[in-house]
Amino acid sequence: METPFEIIDHTADIGIAVQGSTLKHLFENAAVGLFSMITDLTAVEDSIEYPINISSDTKENLLVDWLNELIYVYEVEHIIFKHFNINILSDTALEALCFGDSLNNKRHLIKREVKAATYHMLSITNDINGFHATVIFDI
Amino acid sequence: MSKWDGKLRKLDAYRWEISPDYKPGMKVPGIVYASDAMMESIKEDQSLEQVANVAFLPGIMKYSLAMPDIHWGYGFPIGGVAATRVSDGVVSPGGVGYDINCGVRLLKTNLTEEEVRPRIRDLINHIFNNVPSGLGSEGKIVVSEKDLKHLMAEGAHWAVKKGYGQKGDLDATEEMGCMRDADPDAVSSKAIKRGMPQSGTLGSGNHFLEIQTVKEIFDQAAAEAMGIIAPGQVLILIHTGSRGLGHQVCGDYLRIMETAAIKYSIRLPDKQLACAPIQSDEGKKYLSAMACAANYAWANRQCIAHWIRESFAAIFHKSLESLGMDQVYDVAHNIAKIETHHVDGKAVSVCVHRKGATRAFPPHHEDVPEKYKDIGQPVLIPGDMGRVSYIALGSEKALAETFGSTCHGAGRMQSRGAAKRSQRGSDVAHDLEARGITIKTGDMSALAEEASEAYKDITQVIEVAHQSGISKKVVMTAPIGVIKG
Repeated sequence: METPFEIIDHTADIGIAVQGSTLKHLFENAAVGLFSMITDLTAVEDSIEYPINISSDTKENLLVDWLNELIYVYEVEHIIFKHFNINILSDTALEALCFGDSLNNKRHLIKREVKAATYHMLSITNDINGFHATVIFDI
Repeated sequence: MSKWDGKLRKLDAYRWEISPDYKPGMKVPGIVYASDAMMESIKEDQSLEQVANVAFLPGIMKYSLAMPDIHWGYGFPIGGVAATRVSDGVVSPGGVGYDINCGVRLLKTNLTEEEVRPRIRDLINHIFNNVPSGLGSEGKIVVSEKDLKHLMAEGAHWAVKKGYGQKGDLDATEEMGCMRDADPDAVSSKAIKRGMPQSGTLGSGNHFLEIQTVKEIFDQAAAEAMGIIAPGQVLILIHTGSRGLGHQVCGDYLRIMETAAIKYSIRLPDKQLACAPIQSDEGKKYLSAMACAANYAWANRQCIAHWIRESFAAIFHKSLESLGMDQVYDVAHNIAKIETHHVDGKAVSVCVHRKGATRAFPPHHEDVPEKYKDIGQPVLIPGDMGRVSYIALGSEKALAETFGSTCHGAGRMQSRGAAKRSQRGSDVAHDLEARGITIKTGDMSALAEEASEAYKDITQVIEVAHQSGISKKVVMTAPIGVIKG
């Protein structure tokens, strides 16, 4: 079984190295990586369903936009997401259903605030093992 | 990460030059302020490459600069300073960063360590409950979208008008707590939605509140001009920024600038440096939106200062007047400002990007408040959690060499992951308590990421800034209580 993501070190911030057998899985795993940095997802339920549809100009920018949209929804709607079903994905558009839980300070310990996904060292590559991405977050 | 192996030329004891020949496209040399020992550690990552990359920005004047707390950022290094000519230069949101107007405010008190120590646990708990730290703990201030637009236009003035603080606070704030070019219409609805519930919140990460005592005074007369009289006096440091609103403004405009850079045929070595001419529609709008986020941060620190004063008054059963809780100063350390500087004997209007750098104007500069005219602008340089901090003053040398800028803090040396592997949050708390520092935090594991070992030694950073003359150290303080969001 593939490791969906690993936390990578950067002097000021934190990044993730993400894997996925398909581009859809790569985007889903990147989102799980993001919320794993924020809280322990085992304490998060998936009772809330939230659709996200975005478009962008390249697949790298689409990945950054996707993660930043999730940070936005988390901050404004106070939903922590743990599962993601990306139904439609091209290099420039994404339609997903995201599943999560209302933020509750009694049940969820917030490990850190993530300000944004950045373009720094951003990459998406693919080889015979599937898709790989690196994203650095501003913490 | 690989070591930087470019060529550096040592100019004098504390200045290093990266020649514009290092990389085709550099318009000016890079200049880094560091000691020999610090330079060895700076070369461990790619922050010097970022100094070289910033030298590509169209209209950059004199040098791409880095302060002694330089460390690896994205696009700009943290500790980076770049001044671009307003007439034909660019503005880069990456030169300000996501946390627009992240900054520091310092309040004084008339209390001594002896008076505060016996009540420190109660005081810290009271402040922790009185100052909302962030997400899920909704702000105490309820602002509508319309209120927020006023807040963004007026900055700290908005907060003072609402009863948070006193007028003297504004005189002791950089820009008087309000950048005049703020245009709320340049701020996206997403940024506004993120900003509304987070007004008047501390946030987490490296943001904190500290109860400090004066440890050492290096210049008694200058310290007294700031109301700091003797060792043992208690001070309060507030370190926070523009929260989700600033993060969203930065993200929104990085995307706009990426398209703009192509439109204006600007060649850049790093996408995170995306920029647009200052005179373009995109550049003007970014500066207007950035000013809104900067004002939001000043309103934020203004409200937090008010709640801290309330907590002191409640715990010590004294009036604010008798506690002498005046504001020493408030500085921004992530910001871009239009300023006039002298380049080759001519006054030039430039956009000074300070990304993890503090303005450091000399005595008698027109932007220095009246009460500090003779000593220069106070510069507040927080150390890392649990170690000493410094109060310094701006200088003529800074104005001549660094567009009136100096360092902003200790500078990270160890990544968060590395810090966490070598420390446990509970151990960090235990260690702080053992050293007489009372700590209150929402999350212990985050504490390990901010452990002292993760940062450069602030004293070395300050020494380089002091010896090179870009700021003058006046007071050293140490914490007795820390609140981390």
